[in-house]
Amino acid sequence: MPSRHFDFAILLLLLTLLPGALCATVLPEDRADVLYHRYEGGGVTIDGPSVLLRKQVGKNFSLSANYYLDMVSSASIDVVTTASPYTEERKQGSLGVTYLYGNTLMNVGYTRSDESDYAANSLNFSVSQDLFGQMTTVTLGYAVGWDEVGKSNDPEFRRDVDRQQYSLAVTQIVTRSLIMSFAFDAITDEGFLNNPYRSVRFLAADQPAGYQFEPEVYPNTRTSGAGAITARYRLPWRAALHGSYRYFSDTWGIESHTGEIGYVHPWKYGITFSTRYRHYTQDQADFYADLFPRSNAQNFMGRDKELSTFQSTTIRAGASWEFVSDGWSVIEKGSLNLFWDRIRFDYENFRDLRVTGAAPGEEPLYGFDADVVQLFVSFWF
Amino acid sequence: MTKTLIRTAAACAVLMATAGCSNVEPWVKPYERDHLADPIMALDMHPVATAYELHVWDAREGARGGTGGAGGGCGCN
Repeated sequence: MPSRHFDFAILLLLLTLLPGALCATVLPEDRADVLYHRYEGGGVTIDGPSVLLRKQVGKNFSLSANYYLDMVSSASIDVVTTASPYTEERKQGSLGVTYLYGNTLMNVGYTRSDESDYAANSLNFSVSQDLFGQMTTVTLGYAVGWDEVGKSNDPEFRRDVDRQQYSLAVTQIVTRSLIMSFAFDAITDEGFLNNPYRSVRFLAADQPAGYQFEPEVYPNTRTSGAGAITARYRLPWRAALHGSYRYFSDTWGIESHTGEIGYVHPWKYGITFSTRYRHYTQDQADFYADLFPRSNAQNFMGRDKELSTFQSTTIRAGASWEFVSDGWSVIEKGSLNLFWDRIRFDYENFRDLRVTGAAPGEEPLYGFDADVVQLFVSFWF
Repeated sequence: MTKTLIRTAAACAVLMATAGCSNVEPWVKPYERDHLADPIMALDMHPVATAYELHVWDAREGARGGTGGAGGGCGCN
């Protein structure tokens, strides 16, 4: 971890300590969430639990902890065309401390994620300051990550990835019913950034299929920037309308736009309905191709469909039921929540190689639907 | 890009260090914020669900970031 980045984080902390207590800023609410998540689509099923706890300690500290598990069963199109179906687990744990000083919230957190062939660590710092009579909140963040990449069929294989993330977010009260936020993130990666199992394909006239595979080769660095604007509006009746837009670009040539609009409507008996529509588009990375003209056609080559030109649309239906609203024992409030999202992915230059008989490069384009379900219970205490 | 962001962040930190909230008159008074205080107006109503959704998108899309704060690595390959 470069020392200049720690210096930067310390500078942020010191600068934001100066104003002192001018208005009342509060720590995040004490709460506990227990979630079951399930993703199913494109031959992949991933499910598991996530538990998030947050508790105030003393007057100025709040501690948070999260445990998250992915149980993966994959027979995705990449796997069935170039490898064998597999199952695996990914476990992730996070710890965080938030410190309140006057109008300033300072947060430090650590996250560790483990798979059989991949380990990821990250340390993050953020400073949040309320300004102008709590009309404006500015948050600055910095995170550093270091990953270890392995390969299940090669115990000697080990590569590293270093990551840095710089974040700036501004939240602004605009009117009595409108709040907006702007966020910008710059992320840099350096190291082994491709998937050690994934292959690209190239034309090979001497093969029965007319093509052959060879390992991907990615650049060793990537820098990206993302800017997003979000608005949330309280309608004249008790309901909320929200929308957001994000622009993204990186040094690999990927450019994307994300738009989202949603609606939240409290009904009777403590039940709140929610819905949203999200649309995502991206252009391909410069070194992506579904079919290269020959082996080693260029210095960097990728055929990861996440690097291709594609779009996705998501529609959500959700409901929350507040089954404790007036307090019960140590619990102030409790809710049961169910969200279902249907995602449609349509790839514009990633072809379905499961279809045989077509000439190389003439196979139908790939696309699939995925269902994402979240069932969780939340308690405030 | 990173240098530009560092400069911008440092400028904001100086602003945060030198600005008080008493010099600017809030045009939405604290007693006028009942709508904004409604739980349905929280920018992140369900943190545990938001964290999961970000992971779903990060693993399947080329874009990343712009989500409002410092976060950790994806851990997916």
